[in-house]
Amino acid sequence: MMIAIPLDETKKNVCVSFGRAPYYLFHNTETNTSDIIENPAARAAGGAGIQAAQFVADHSADTVITVRCGQNASDVLLASGIAVYQSAQTSAADNLKLLAEGKLEKLSHFHPGFHGKA
Amino acid sequence: MRIAVLSGKGGTGKTFVSVNLAAVAQDVAYIDCDAEEPNGHLFFRPESVKDTTVYTMLPAFDAAKCDGCRKCLEFCRFNALAFVQGKPRVFPEVCHACGGCALVCPQNAVTEEKRAVGTVKQGVSGGIPVITSMLNPGEVSAVPVIKAALHATDASAVIDSPPGSGCSVTEAVSGADYCLLVAEPTAFGLHNLRMVHELVTLLNKPLGIIVNKADGVYPPLEKFCADHHAPVLAHILYSQKLAQISAEGKLAVQHNPQLRQLFESLWETVIAEAAS
Repeated sequence: MMIAIPLDETKKNVCVSFGRAPYYLFHNTETNTSDIIENPAARAAGGAGIQAAQFVADHSADTVITVRCGQNASDVLLASGIAVYQSAQTSAADNLKLLAEGKLEKLSHFHPGFHGKA
Repeated sequence: MRIAVLSGKGGTGKTFVSVNLAAVAQDVAYIDCDAEEPNGHLFFRPESVKDTTVYTMLPAFDAAKCDGCRKCLEFCRFNALAFVQGKPRVFPEVCHACGGCALVCPQNAVTEEKRAVGTVKQGVSGGIPVITSMLNPGEVSAVPVIKAALHATDASAVIDSPPGSGCSVTEAVSGADYCLLVAEPTAFGLHNLRMVHELVTLLNKPLGIIVNKADGVYPPLEKFCADHHAPVLAHILYSQKLAQISAEGKLAVQHNPQLRQLFESLWETVIAEAAS
């Protein structure tokens, strides 16, 4: 199982933004190894959610843990067969633990997005 | 000659200034570019209105030709494309219809299809061509509809811009010869004036300021205008009567001789400034 989690500047805590999180944690449960990679969508002019979801899919993630997620990003994630769970703890490590214990719930609400009408 | 009327926030009096200016000016069209909530037509009540649908292009992908190289995704600056389940997919509301994905595709797998995003309505009111841009509900970008409205006529025009200082406003004023910035004499009004002033300056347009609903002098606003050599062309006094006339959908210049005089002299000033 490959789990992707958006991280904030601390590189430890879950970022409230899915699309514009500065980093992503990729955790491989089979090898029990983690990688922290810069999110290429963090400073996108537009469509950050779509690009971040693509980035996650391209890293062979099958699971995402996030605080929230927009409609466009969820379209990409779900079409790529990625399960999306709701973050329940501040730190990514605690969330991974909860997921392993089967205590995280699937994200049920996808917001319409915060697309700036600039 | 095209005169754009704009302000940083809604409710400042763009439409009030635009419709009354167009009403006193000779031989100009009124173009309502506030495509998300056009209301200038309420004052003009144009007749023999013709509707033209505005389309934008949307890429369509031929799955048989696509070999998954993803050049289209790399090209798209708006991230309107994703590659899922082995094929490209477009997010229509994010796509800016630039056509780049079709250009860069080595397999010619991308064609473009029309998608309706709004309407341009053209009518006449007392000899004044009235052109209204209307964005379809739910659409994100008004730019294609505004562009179509501006191109609907070559005539001189008063352009009623959308509020703010974003893409739609930039599109509305891009072809203007002169910009009229409407501001309220308040701290909030000044804040919004700063934003549109910055935009119009960036676009290198000559500009003048109209202080609307002026129930007193707000020194910081006057100072800002003086510091930036932005001429204040008129102070339109706050009057409940004017508000009432407008709320009834009437052109105030047809009911208030003083205001008519103000707008006539404003138009003369604007024409002279724009020509210089």
